[in-house]
Amino acid sequence: MDFKGSDTIPGPRAEDQLPHTAQAAAKIVIVGGFGVGKTTMVGSVSEITPLTTEETMTQAGIGVDDNFGSATKTATTVAMDFGRISITEQLVLYLFGTPGQQRFWFLWNGLFEGALGAVVLIDTRRLEVSFDVMGRLEERGVPFVVAVNSFPDAPRYAIEELRTALDLTPDIPIIECDARRRASSRDVLMTLMRFLHSLAMTGSRP
Amino acid sequence: MTPPQRQRRDPAPEPPPPQEGEGKVRNPERMYVVAGPDGERAELDLVTLIVARATDPPPSASPEQAAVLRLCAAPLSVAELSAYLHLPYSAMGVLLTELLTAELVQARAPIVRKQRTDRSLLEAVMNGLQRL
Ligand SMILES: Nc1nc2c(ncn2[C@@H]2O[C@H](COP(=O)(O)OP(=O)(O)OP(=O)(O)O)[C@@H](O)[C@H]2O)c(=O)[nH]1
Ligand SMILES: [Mg+2]
Repeated sequence: MDFKGSDTIPGPRAEDQLPHTAQAAAKIVIVGGFGVGKTTMVGSVSEITPLTTEETMTQAGIGVDDNFGSATKTATTVAMDFGRISITEQLVLYLFGTPGQQRFWFLWNGLFEGALGAVVLIDTRRLEVSFDVMGRLEERGVPFVVAVNSFPDAPRYAIEELRTALDLTPDIPIIECDARRRASSRDVLMTLMRFLHSLAMTGSRP
Repeated sequence: MTPPQRQRRDPAPEPPPPQEGEGKVRNPERMYVVAGPDGERAELDLVTLIVARATDPPPSASPEQAAVLRLCAAPLSVAELSAYLHLPYSAMGVLLTELLTAELVQARAPIVRKQRTDRSLLEAVMNGLQRL
C-alpha cells in the first residue's frame, strides 16, 4: 500500500456524499454464479457508480492450508462490488453482489452476518450452481428470494416447476427479472422486502 | 427438459462451525469498535458508517489516517472507505480501530437482521424503493 498523501486519493464526488443526518445503514446481498448478472443488478438500482472492495484469498482461504505462518501461501484478490440506495435522510441501504461458488465463501463472514436478506440470482442454463448457495443460506437462517434472470437462450421453466426443482417452500418468492432494467431490479428488491415483512408478521424463521 | 433437482437444508441449530474455505481468511483478531459511552463493544461491519469528528487531521496522524479523516468528512461506510483506499476490508479494521481509539472518528452501528426484523424499518425501505 502506497500512501503518497491523502490528497491523491479520490473520494466520493460531492453528489455521492451522504448527508450528515445519515444515522444507520442496512445491507442486502445479491448472490449467484459466474456471469449471472450480479454486477448488472447492483448497478441498475444503485445511486452511486458501483464500487469494488477487495479481499485477499490465500491458500488458507481456499481450504488447502490452515497455517497462517506458512511461507508458501499464495494470495489471490477477490473483488466484490456494491452499490447504495438512500432510503431516507437517516437510513441507507447497501447492496453487495457476491459470487456464489464455494471457493468464495470466505467472503461471506462479514457479509451475511447482519444482512437483512438475500437475492439468489439464477440462470436456468446452470441451475445447479445455485444449489449450494441456497443450502448455505438455509443453514445460516438468512431469508432469501429467488430471481430468475431471463437470458435469451436459457431454458424456460414454469415457476412451479422451478420451485419443485429448487425444493423451495411455497412462501419463498420466485420471480423473473431482467437485471439490466432498473424497474425490474427494484421489483426484485421490493419482493425481498415484502417477504421479510411477512416473516416479521408471522415471526417465523426461514 | 427436466431441471436438475436440489434438496432443501435445515437451519443449523447453532452457528455452523467454520467450513472448508470459510472463516480462515479474516484477521484472526476480530475487528472491534468501541460503541457508545457505556464502553460496550460492537464489531465493525461493512456498513458501519464512519464520520470524522474533526476534519483537520492532527499532526500525529499517519497518511492513511489523514486519508480516512478526509474521506469521512461526511458519513461513509466501511465498504466505501475500503473501496476508495484500495484496502481490503480486513485491513480497514486495524486502521479504524486506531482512529476510534484516538477519538478522531465516530462509528454509527448498522441495522442488522434480527429474529424479528423491525417492520417499520422494512416499510421505510419499501417506501424508499418505490421512489427509485
Ligand atoms: N438477457 C439478460 N442479460 C443479462 C441480464 N443480466 C445481466 N445480463 C448480461 O449478462 C452478462 C453478465 O452480467 P454481470 O452483471 O457482469 O454478471 P456477474 O454475475 O456480475 O458476473 P461475474 O461477476 O463475472 O460472476 C452481461 O453481459 C450482462 O449484460 C438479464 O437479466 N438478462
Ligand atoms: Mg460481477
